[in-house]
Amino acid sequence: MLSELTFLEQIFLGVAILLTAATFLCLYRAVVGPSEADRIVSINVIGTKTVVIISLVSLVFHQEFFLDVALVYALISFVATIGVAKYMEKGVLE
Amino acid sequence: MTFLFDLIISFLLWAGLFFLFVGTIGLIRLPDLYTRMHATSKCDTLGTGLILLAVILQVPGYNEIIKLVLLGVFIWTINPVVAHIMGHTAYLRGEHHTPSTFFKDCYDTPYPGKEMSGKEDVHA
Repeated sequence: MLSELTFLEQIFLGVAILLTAATFLCLYRAVVGPSEADRIVSINVIGTKTVVIISLVSLVFHQEFFLDVALVYALISFVATIGVAKYMEKGVLE
Repeated sequence: MTFLFDLIISFLLWAGLFFLFVGTIGLIRLPDLYTRMHATSKCDTLGTGLILLAVILQVPGYNEIIKLVLLGVFIWTINPVVAHIMGHTAYLRGEHHTPSTFFKDCYDTPYPGKEMSGKEDVHA
């Protein structure tokens, strides 16, 4: 299957794989981070990287609707981060 | 000519990957929440923009270009907003910081170690 791709698409796939490795490196800070804010920042970074990975996969496999998934993922990640930040600041969600 | 185009796209991809990896290393190795956010917010924004630009130059149709531009705009606005809100929240909560940090009391209820009375008035 890999030989069916062009050379540039193979580079795109390699970048996506390396970004997955970077995502797992970010997961280290999300697990052992000393405070809650560290974990939130780390989860936000993971969300950003995931959006990029979904875009790359959408290009390599010629699936246009993956970009819709990436858009929705970015917005949901943003709303979740804002909600948790508000909860951390005020103690309640109102 | 197409070789040059491929070369430009490849350069954009590796540059974006470099910036994302630098942000990741900063997130892991730096000592403090504020320095970690300093590393990740800027590096992630720039690296994401570069990789999305490479994808935009490569996709065939206009629909995908529009969606990718929208995605880039979302990320370029969302990342600074999240960095600002998390920094504000961490400051109000009195997050741990490295001892050599220079602090300036920008609110009436200042920094780590002090009581956070009158927390509602900090936006005034």
